[in-house]
Amino acid sequence: MDRAQFHIRDLHVRFRTQAGELHAVKGVSLSVARGETLAIVGESGSGKSQTMLAALGLIASNGVVTGSATLSGQELIGASERVLNTIRGATVTMIFQEPMTSLDPLFTIGQQIIAVIRRHRKLSQSEARAEAVALLERVRIPDAANRLAAYPHEMSGGQRQRVMIAMALANRPDVLVADEPTTALDVTIQSEILALLAELQRDMGMAIVFITHDLGVVRRIANRVAVMRYGEIVESGPVRQVFDAPRHAYTRALLEAEPGGTKAAVAADAPVLLAAEQVRVHYAIRSGFFGRAKRVIRAVDGVSLTLRRGETLGVVGESGSGKSTLGRAIVKLAPASGMIRFEDRALVPLSRAEMRPLRRSLQMVFQDPYGSLSPRMTVGEIITEGLLVHEPALSAAARDRRAAEALEEVQLDAALRNRFPHEFSGGQRQRIAIARSMILKPQLVILDEPTSALDRSIQKAIVDLLRDLQKRHDLAYLFISHDLAVVRAMADKILVMKDGLVVEQGPRDELIRHPREDYTQRLLAAATQTGFLAG
Amino acid sequence: MSEAATSRGRSLWADAGDRLRRNRAAMASLILISLIALACLFGPLLTGHAYDRVYPDYVKVPASLESQPSEDRIAPGLQRTASRLRANIASETREGDAIRLVLTAPRAIDERSLAFFERSDLFHAAKVLERAEEGRRLTLLVPIERNTFVFGTDGNGRDMLTRTLIAGRVSLAIGLLATFVAILIGVSYGAISGYLGGRIDMLMMRAVDVLYSLPFIFFVIMLVVFFGRNFVLMFLAVGAVEWLDMARIVRGQTLSLKRREFVQAADVLGVSTPGILRRHIIPNTLGPVVVYTTLLVPKVILLESFLSFLGLGVQEPMTSWGVLISDGARNIQGATYLLIFPAIFLTTTLFCLNFIGDGLRDALDPRDR
Repeated sequence: MDRAQFHIRDLHVRFRTQAGELHAVKGVSLSVARGETLAIVGESGSGKSQTMLAALGLIASNGVVTGSATLSGQELIGASERVLNTIRGATVTMIFQEPMTSLDPLFTIGQQIIAVIRRHRKLSQSEARAEAVALLERVRIPDAANRLAAYPHEMSGGQRQRVMIAMALANRPDVLVADEPTTALDVTIQSEILALLAELQRDMGMAIVFITHDLGVVRRIANRVAVMRYGEIVESGPVRQVFDAPRHAYTRALLEAEPGGTKAAVAADAPVLLAAEQVRVHYAIRSGFFGRAKRVIRAVDGVSLTLRRGETLGVVGESGSGKSTLGRAIVKLAPASGMIRFEDRALVPLSRAEMRPLRRSLQMVFQDPYGSLSPRMTVGEIITEGLLVHEPALSAAARDRRAAEALEEVQLDAALRNRFPHEFSGGQRQRIAIARSMILKPQLVILDEPTSALDRSIQKAIVDLLRDLQKRHDLAYLFISHDLAVVRAMADKILVMKDGLVVEQGPRDELIRHPREDYTQRLLAAATQTGFLAG
Repeated sequence: MSEAATSRGRSLWADAGDRLRRNRAAMASLILISLIALACLFGPLLTGHAYDRVYPDYVKVPASLESQPSEDRIAPGLQRTASRLRANIASETREGDAIRLVLTAPRAIDERSLAFFERSDLFHAAKVLERAEEGRRLTLLVPIERNTFVFGTDGNGRDMLTRTLIAGRVSLAIGLLATFVAILIGVSYGAISGYLGGRIDMLMMRAVDVLYSLPFIFFVIMLVVFFGRNFVLMFLAVGAVEWLDMARIVRGQTLSLKRREFVQAADVLGVSTPGILRRHIIPNTLGPVVVYTTLLVPKVILLESFLSFLGLGVQEPMTSWGVLISDGARNIQGATYLLIFPAIFLTTTLFCLNFIGDGLRDALDPRDR
């Protein structure tokens, strides 16, 4: 039964680009046996996805693949599109990262599953339908028979990913390739999906190739692991062995990249900087021009918090819990009611113009480092835009000097300030976004998932940078995140939100060690299982 | 502080420029259309004809590279002029580019009437070499006036090359100016409407819908009826209609841009609404705007041609490609060249602009990155 199913030998992928040839995968060899799970781990750009895409002939048209990939003895590299089409979707299938975009929004999930089944097997419509219902039950979609008629947008992200898994398993594949299948999901759902995959593998005995950047997931699901960097495998072996005794320096660096350490507590008599009581953000869904409000969405429903100078409050919750909306309400990006007091000014009644002078002490850093920098402005212009508003008397030369200083403060080369954002990596862009908010010397910075879009090792560097800046400037942070490991490294106090309500609030250590509420316990359990809070 | 050599970044525009330069069709079109524009701008100074000069002796001369008058025109021309002098031709001999002409008449020939030679488009002023028989017999040297009509002449005897180039000036000017007006109004209107959103957006866009529903030709006829035919009216009419599309395109772009985090970041920095529109929204809508512009210019030129074809456009003796093509279409059986040359210029221009538009779209498409 230890017959290897899927072999990749000396696989190379080269892309012809305008900047010359890009050697994305440099001689990768892998094999997976039946019933085994191989995890390929690496940071973005390490070639882990390209390796599998190349093996299955799904690579972009400017890519050239050499080497060998065999599936039960059948060579895939160089095979005709027709041969590949009979293999893909039947003997080897794939699940992608984004459950939002990998289902066709125009067809019901039933139509999509049935199409996959009938494409590869000679079944009648009604037989295929029965099969589809069985599959949905298998992936634990409640009320499967009726859900067949649902469109993808009617399902949650986790359910969609379950549907994707059902489609991938429809023809009982020998090999399942899962490309970051849980990255876009909340931790509790992520944990459920991983458990489901493990259970399905036990029952059906297929081989799984699991591509991920997340070591916690690897520890939980994989038998063997291959660590990739710059298109090469730097280390591979059984999970235990690699985790307990990593041989390669990069593997050790990856393992240590979990943000560690905690923040020193602030003095109890530090002045209160931000106080909020019963903050509400309600959106009325209207219909038509003169339509009455049809229903009200309570994004944030009565949240109270206090934040002292130099203190960090971590706001934790799953997607849709209202944690981001709370941050936006404080900087008046979202319309709030209730009481928000910054120093001694009440923010809620302020107009745009009255708010403007306060904005320099009240800044925000956004989640997506690719979306938060204007693509047509140079980095210098982006960083100094706030100075145009708050220090209009400053000369262009003085602004330029301030931009250079701000870049050095976030440990970027000041000579780069005339470049454009697209010339920087994700971590560098997040540093630029931080420099933009720091140049105004704020007192409170709202950090809206500033590390979520970054690789683990870069996350760690950003967390270190943020803590360092906080110490130097006595900043207060409102740190919004779904990632408990990062929150633990950053926060003094933690506030847990669900459905717009505060579930639990308390000092960091107490909340993590002795969660009172059921929801907090579940959140912590899921995080511990996937390794976020291991050790 | 670090005044060290700062490295210049490559903007997205520079990248797009590089991609455009690699697009052969677009670059060839760019060169071709520059040549056409230069020809239209400076060509009329070099053709040797004024665009409104009428040559009564050269009505509907076919296009040819040979200089006029052709040999078969000289004898009838001499005959016609002689009869105006009430004289007969006794003999004519060619002397290179001039004719030695002997005229006889029953009565003395009035030498002042020799000006008829100069007035004709075929000859220069005649020189009297010899007078005999008390002025009843004159020996003249008549130099032939050489003219070249590369594109022929129209039904009024005007040089088609000059007129085609002058028409090009008008068409391109209308194309560029009306487009400029359309962009200016459309981009600011669309960006403001999209960014402010809510009820203001609703009202602004309903106003656009109302303008959309006006029948264009009816609108132009109304303008012509009230204000008479007028060059400026053309810009007004075309510009007033074409900005609507632009406003919708820019509004759509703005709607998606204003949800982007860099716009919200500017908001948190306290940047005012005009500042956000100017620095963040409008520069980022320019990609599609540039592409649409290159497609709008030919559309406007065609629209002007269409109006001129209907007789609502520019007025004689000023002309545009549309007017020339309309004239040519009427003479399509007898004088095809009247249609062919302006049509070649118009279609070449339209082709080039469309190729450039396609090239720009490919060059600016971020998915290509």
